[in-house]
Amino acid sequence: MKPAPFKYLAPASVEETLSMLTQYGYEAKLLAGGQSLIPTMNFRLAQPAVIIDLNRVSELAYMRPGDSGGLCIGAMARQREGEYHPLFAERAPLIRETMPHVAHPQIRNRGTFGGSIAHADPAAELPAVMLALNAGFKIRGREGEREIPARDFFVGMFATAMQPEELLTEILIPPLPPRSGWAFKEVARRHGDYALAGAAAVVSLNEQQRCREARLVFLSVGDGPVEARGAVQALAGEIPGEEVIRAAAETAAAVDIDPGSDIHASAEFRRHLARVLAVQVLHQAYERARRA
Amino acid sequence: MAERIQISVRVNHTLFEREVESQLLLSDFLRHELELTGTHVGCEHGVCGACTVLLNGEAVRSCLMLAVQADGQEITTVEGMASPALAGALHPLQAAFKEAHGLQCGFCTPGFLMTLIPFLKNHPDPTEAEIRQALSGNICRCTGYQNIVKAVQLAAKRMAQSA
Repeated sequence: MKPAPFKYLAPASVEETLSMLTQYGYEAKLLAGGQSLIPTMNFRLAQPAVIIDLNRVSELAYMRPGDSGGLCIGAMARQREGEYHPLFAERAPLIRETMPHVAHPQIRNRGTFGGSIAHADPAAELPAVMLALNAGFKIRGREGEREIPARDFFVGMFATAMQPEELLTEILIPPLPPRSGWAFKEVARRHGDYALAGAAAVVSLNEQQRCREARLVFLSVGDGPVEARGAVQALAGEIPGEEVIRAAAETAAAVDIDPGSDIHASAEFRRHLARVLAVQVLHQAYERARRA
Repeated sequence: MAERIQISVRVNHTLFEREVESQLLLSDFLRHELELTGTHVGCEHGVCGACTVLLNGEAVRSCLMLAVQADGQEITTVEGMASPALAGALHPLQAAFKEAHGLQCGFCTPGFLMTLIPFLKNHPDPTEAEIRQALSGNICRCTGYQNIVKAVQLAAKRMAQSA
């Protein structure tokens, strides 16, 4: 229950971090908030030879308004900011609503946005919310900077489109279109525990109050965050009333996801939760969009 | 051989300078290097909350931080709660836990107390639901939580009166 020895490096800048990553590559592990990495090191499931601690890279710890109502989040911004910082309430209320479900206050005080996203745990809330918000991620590497949209970023269980010598530096949350609503819900055995299933939704309406664009994303029902694309097709162009939402949720649970069974819940129960949660988040997102 | 790194950490207002191995957890640093054994170690993977301490005033798991990461930071442990100015008089939270029977075996208590200090600062008049949510990251196997919730309500009431 103690980490194996490692070489500890504490860079002070992104440039310094990138040169360390270039030097050590696969041998090195980036330490952000450490709320997932340190437990795996305590269990010795991970025994990195080199730890590159990002906690002194102060240039990554920020939040600032993005273009036309969006939000830019530095990779080392702590998760608790999502709960209390007014920029989130103003510009990313879905993140604000999700945050209390992300583990416990003690974890959110250390945990970072970039860490949770780069870790890509299929049971984590933030990756699912990033897909629902159509977020983009700025990635820095030896060859400069590139941007990866959330839907191309999560490629499997604990796997992302990043290379070992690359660093996630910023999360870009675009503004929601007019007449948009959002919602997040999950079911966990204990508040703050890993969810048995969870769902995030964003619904945007056109001037006729019909669904112009929607995203519905699940967590804990697959190898990563899972977008319910079939369900969203069922919503397109419709007025998302009770019947339409029920049909979309049915498609989501029956067709869009393929959950596994484990000690916590059977696949069948997860499908049931996904259907119920989909109805709830789509309904709430639609109601908020109507009032927006 | 593990490398050794020089750190200086302020713990309960006292500055400590030590040389530590890179993989030493903050919880083990407090207990073994500084002999502050009030911070308890339960699960060592961030689930039980027994090792909760304050890092610059905010509650964190000391088993999920390396000692080297505390370099230059301010840590408060349960030993720092009672007021030295009042000859070690109990903090109102400690007194309320004692009176309301908010503990039995006491193993989890330091973690609960450290979680509650910043919580009551931010929520001076908490609802029962807020208290239960704030304590969701701390496990107690004795009390069934009822008396812990009562202790928090009692402490909040008294702290509001004396404020």
